[in-house]
Amino acid sequence: MSEQNSSRSAATQNQAAPELPPLMGRGGPMGMRSTMGKVEHAKDKRSTLYRLWGYLRRQRTAVTLAALLVAVNTFLALLGPYFLTKAIDDYILPGDLPGLARLCGVMLGIYALNSLFTWLQAYIMAGAAQRTVRDLRADLFDNLQTLSLRFFDQRAHGDLMSRLSNDVENVNVVLAESATQLVSGLLSLVGVAAIMLWLNPRLALVSLIALPLMMLLLMRWVAPRTRSGYRAQQATLGTLNGLIEETVTGQRVVKAYSREQKVMTEFAVANAELRHASTRAQIYGGFMGPLINFVNNIGLAIVAGVGGWMALQGLATVGSIAGFINYSRQFSRPLNEIATLYNSIQSAIAGAERVFAIIDEEPDLVDAPDAQSLPQIKGDVVFDNVSFGYNANAPVLKGVNLHAKPGEIIALVGPTGAGKTTIVNLLTRFYDIDSGRITIDGLDLRQLRKDDLRRQLGIVLQDTFLFSGTVMENIRYGRLDATDEEVMAAAKLANADPFIHRLQQGYATPLSERGNNLSQGQRQLLSIARAILAAPRILILDEATSSVDTRTEQHIQEAMRRLMMGRTSFVIAHRLSTIREANQILVINHGEIIERGTHTGLLAQQGFYYNLYHSQFRANARQAMPQAAHAAGAHTPHQELAAT
Amino acid sequence: MVATRKLSAFLAPYWYWATLAPLLMVLEVAMDLMQPRLIQHIIDDGITPGNMDVVVSTGLWMVVVAVIAVFGGVGCTIFAVLAAQGLGTDLRATLFGKVQSFSFGNLDKLETGGLITRLTNDVTQVQEVVMMVLRIMVRAPLLMVGSLIMAIITSPQLAILFVVLIPVVLVILIRVINRSYPLFGGVQKRLDALNTVMQENLAGVRIVKAFVRAQHEITRFRHANDNLMNLNIEAVRVVAVTMPLNMLILNAGIVAALWIGGVQVTSGGMQVGQVVAFINYLMQALMSLVMVSMLTMRLARAEASAVRIAEVLESEPEVKNQVDAITTFVPRGKVVFDNVSFSYNDANAPLSEQGRITVVPLSEQGRITVVPLSEQGRNNEVLKNISVVAETGQTIALLGATGAGKSSFVQLIPRFYDVSGGRVLIDDLDVRTIDEATLRSKVSIALQESVLFSGSIRDNIRYGRPEANDEEVIAAAQLAQAHTFISGFPEGYDSIVGQRGVNLSGGQKQRIAIARAILTQPEVLILDDSTSAVDVETEAKIQDALAQLRQGKTSFVVAQRINTVLAADKILVLDEGRVVAEGTHAELLASSPIYREIYASQMDSQPEPTPIASKGNGHE
Repeated sequence: MSEQNSSRSAATQNQAAPELPPLMGRGGPMGMRSTMGKVEHAKDKRSTLYRLWGYLRRQRTAVTLAALLVAVNTFLALLGPYFLTKAIDDYILPGDLPGLARLCGVMLGIYALNSLFTWLQAYIMAGAAQRTVRDLRADLFDNLQTLSLRFFDQRAHGDLMSRLSNDVENVNVVLAESATQLVSGLLSLVGVAAIMLWLNPRLALVSLIALPLMMLLLMRWVAPRTRSGYRAQQATLGTLNGLIEETVTGQRVVKAYSREQKVMTEFAVANAELRHASTRAQIYGGFMGPLINFVNNIGLAIVAGVGGWMALQGLATVGSIAGFINYSRQFSRPLNEIATLYNSIQSAIAGAERVFAIIDEEPDLVDAPDAQSLPQIKGDVVFDNVSFGYNANAPVLKGVNLHAKPGEIIALVGPTGAGKTTIVNLLTRFYDIDSGRITIDGLDLRQLRKDDLRRQLGIVLQDTFLFSGTVMENIRYGRLDATDEEVMAAAKLANADPFIHRLQQGYATPLSERGNNLSQGQRQLLSIARAILAAPRILILDEATSSVDTRTEQHIQEAMRRLMMGRTSFVIAHRLSTIREANQILVINHGEIIERGTHTGLLAQQGFYYNLYHSQFRANARQAMPQAAHAAGAHTPHQELAAT
Repeated sequence: MVATRKLSAFLAPYWYWATLAPLLMVLEVAMDLMQPRLIQHIIDDGITPGNMDVVVSTGLWMVVVAVIAVFGGVGCTIFAVLAAQGLGTDLRATLFGKVQSFSFGNLDKLETGGLITRLTNDVTQVQEVVMMVLRIMVRAPLLMVGSLIMAIITSPQLAILFVVLIPVVLVILIRVINRSYPLFGGVQKRLDALNTVMQENLAGVRIVKAFVRAQHEITRFRHANDNLMNLNIEAVRVVAVTMPLNMLILNAGIVAALWIGGVQVTSGGMQVGQVVAFINYLMQALMSLVMVSMLTMRLARAEASAVRIAEVLESEPEVKNQVDAITTFVPRGKVVFDNVSFSYNDANAPLSEQGRITVVPLSEQGRITVVPLSEQGRNNEVLKNISVVAETGQTIALLGATGAGKSSFVQLIPRFYDVSGGRVLIDDLDVRTIDEATLRSKVSIALQESVLFSGSIRDNIRYGRPEANDEEVIAAAQLAQAHTFISGFPEGYDSIVGQRGVNLSGGQKQRIAIARAILTQPEVLILDDSTSAVDVETEAKIQDALAQLRQGKTSFVVAQRINTVLAADKILVLDEGRVVAEGTHAELLASSPIYREIYASQMDSQPEPTPIASKGNGHE
């Protein structure tokens, strides 16, 4: 029932996602708003707890054992006062010293057992709790891997990071420290209540009804405020973390434009919001302790008052009331503990909710149930009237048709933003098309398994990305089972070998986060080597050499030619010189293919490509004949281009 | 606890709350201690003699005391929260401000991921501990001292037990802290490693998907996850020893008191009541001690966070304003490099305590190892003895292979880094004598990696000059050839740019970054390979537009494509950190073999000049 509910709300969230504004800002807070809407009902709180319990259940043996130990311990602890009374009444007052010695021995033994069990239980729970948290983190990460790029486009990285670290940590604290305390607290309450009932049932009923009643009233007032407070706190924390991540990531630009003051002002606003939300959450959360103390004290007054009256009426003995009061004071310790726990449990639930929101996020781009596995392909790619937009209201590609025969080189040219990269994004199935069909060797992309498809694609992206690890590991990313020799051979092909050798530790040089200790060009060489190593059937080079100097590019060109041999290749390049040998050049503008043909054919057409080509050439010609420049008339190609 | 103590200075502005909270806690404790006395009274003077009046009045007193206690408790909570939140907010703001003061060198060293964790997780840790300290750290010692005094008053003979018990408990505490402290430090490091995996997967999601490495990443994450878990278990288990051990000692003390007391009572030396009271006080005192010990554990954990925060707070910005830095300064734009040498070496030195992947210094200076032994002292120099003069209004182009030092060169002009030797002068003033903000308002740079911020496109273009009006924004966008595509968006200049500009192509981002640089109307304009992702046609238009803009301005252009730099007044060819050729295109073509090689590599693949094109230089 509750599970159904949560999956339904997750589905609603998914449906809502595409309707978000086309160019979304901080995706985090918006995503969070839907999360917040989701937890308004208490039902969801229970389902969150239930799911957490599901995780804990995987450590069944440990948890059961720990619970048993807690129960035994609670019982042993309740024995304490009894032994004390016995020692005084039975041994000290009669002066039975040998008896007292025996009893002391028994007590020592029991206390030693108590300590041993406490330690054992903490020892066991440490493992169970950490394993549970590990599972939670792993599930979060595993599901992230199933989500499409659309999801990542819309979420602030800082917010996702915050879920992995802050929110999981909140759950961790509860499981590691609070769970057993909660159990032992509850057991002590039951134990004490039983003893009270045994001592004086009527008086016990009075206090056992009065106390929970008051407690319930307090809870009803404090609990919702605390919960909404914690939720607001986590949401503002997410926003602030998003801001921090964005600023720190773009710190160099901030410096370049002396925007430090401005950024600090923005930060101050978000920081103040967090302070406000946190203060509210923590204060309401902190009320619990003193209020429970209060209820307990009032309870004492009631017991004393009613007990006194009962004693006067002859309904109770003085001694039983004294004992009763002592035990009812014992009521307060576990209550207080539970109250303190209440806070961390609240923030754990809030944290777990946010973690589950990601775990529940359903991949919008999944393999069809009857998806076929893809055998070794020839590399025949067809786009059949393909239209696509990242958002429903802004089409990026309109009715694109293309046919790449096996082994052909297809060049995509056109102005920035024309949709070249988008075509590649669709071929890799990073996104699903809105209409039309893409086939590989006659098979519809949507009927194939994504992984099979991508395994036969090699890709070098505009935005190079390296992982922390050594140079060797980064190249090997293309094919995990490659030997060192194969890695080095790939590096040589990509012409990365010379600079790698100049690094202090060669192939064993560790790269820092995002590969910041290499220049952009060096990073690109590594990512080319990575693609070479993957030896794919279809190769995609998206501006692969834009940051490599032209001398280096010359060397790479040769390697690329070798690489492209016999492979269907899609090449996006701004330097038109690099694509002259393409079998087909597709000129794309505003999401449509406006011209297609070979280099010479397109030049002969004297259309868009012709102009594009000559605009690039013009600049070169300028210096090719510097003297001619002065001789030339006012007639410029620039004006001509403008005229066309 | 050194770092924690250092950070406690942040509590100073909230001293009134930080003082009120414990005071109110004292009130609550005092009231709580009164309850047993009142109960004693109700039993001895009310119930036993059958006096209902006393029962009622004492009962009412109990209610009054309870009400006072709840005020104390609630008040303590409120003030403790206010103080802790104040501290947390200030700490975060100070940290953030510190990061803003960092130079590029500091940023290289501290790494984005690490900085983010410090600003978020670590601050929260410290804040939570402060709150706990304010509430419990006061209550527990108060109870402990009070109980000890009462115990000694009750029975000086039995109080000798404390002489044995207290040192034992202290020794256990200290030992556990000493063992657990490094463990928690290690846990933090492994948490960092886990966060790095996550962050890389967020930033590199396309690569992960393109290479079908989800399984590989899941394994990698699992590995980091298990590492974290194992150390966490170890750390928690070390700490878990404290509680049962202390309990054992406490209980042994009780048994001892019972035995000694029992012997004393039978010999007539003590009253039974005394023994019972003493045991009660003993229990209370030692329970408080346990509480303190648990808190100390939390402190030990927070100390790891405090150290990481203090590390940031204590990092000195590598580039700092002089005391008498020049703030009124209208440059004409003459830039001089006077025998400049530069290395990232100091900046990139790894922080040994960080335990993250060591940052080996080699940013642009991958060539270190080929330098002869005689030059070992200057092994890591990216730029070596560079002397260049750029006159006002000139356009200087920098060419050279990947890693030749082009970016490093231009980053010295706005003083993103300080030179290691020589001087960089603007209008004959050393950049180190000019106020940073003043300098950067005159020197504008479009960086290689164009980072945009969330907000509208308009806000992004106005980033360097927020007061610019719409006409100026559009004019800058037109110059950068960005106007057309921006107008194409449904919301035009109000379109929101996603985090790090996900929904714009690389070329579009670069053009917005150029517009951003242009809008500041700098005296010195630097384009650091900022059109690499722009198509050639558009780039040519940008170059033309900038040519007009450059009138009277000094500009530096770093480029890969030779056609970007042809019109320059001076072309510098850099190779392995040295200027190997300098001059106009024509001069270099005649004199520099390296230049000829670069030129040939690009011209080779160009077509024969067509008649139209060869005439096409007239407008220059």
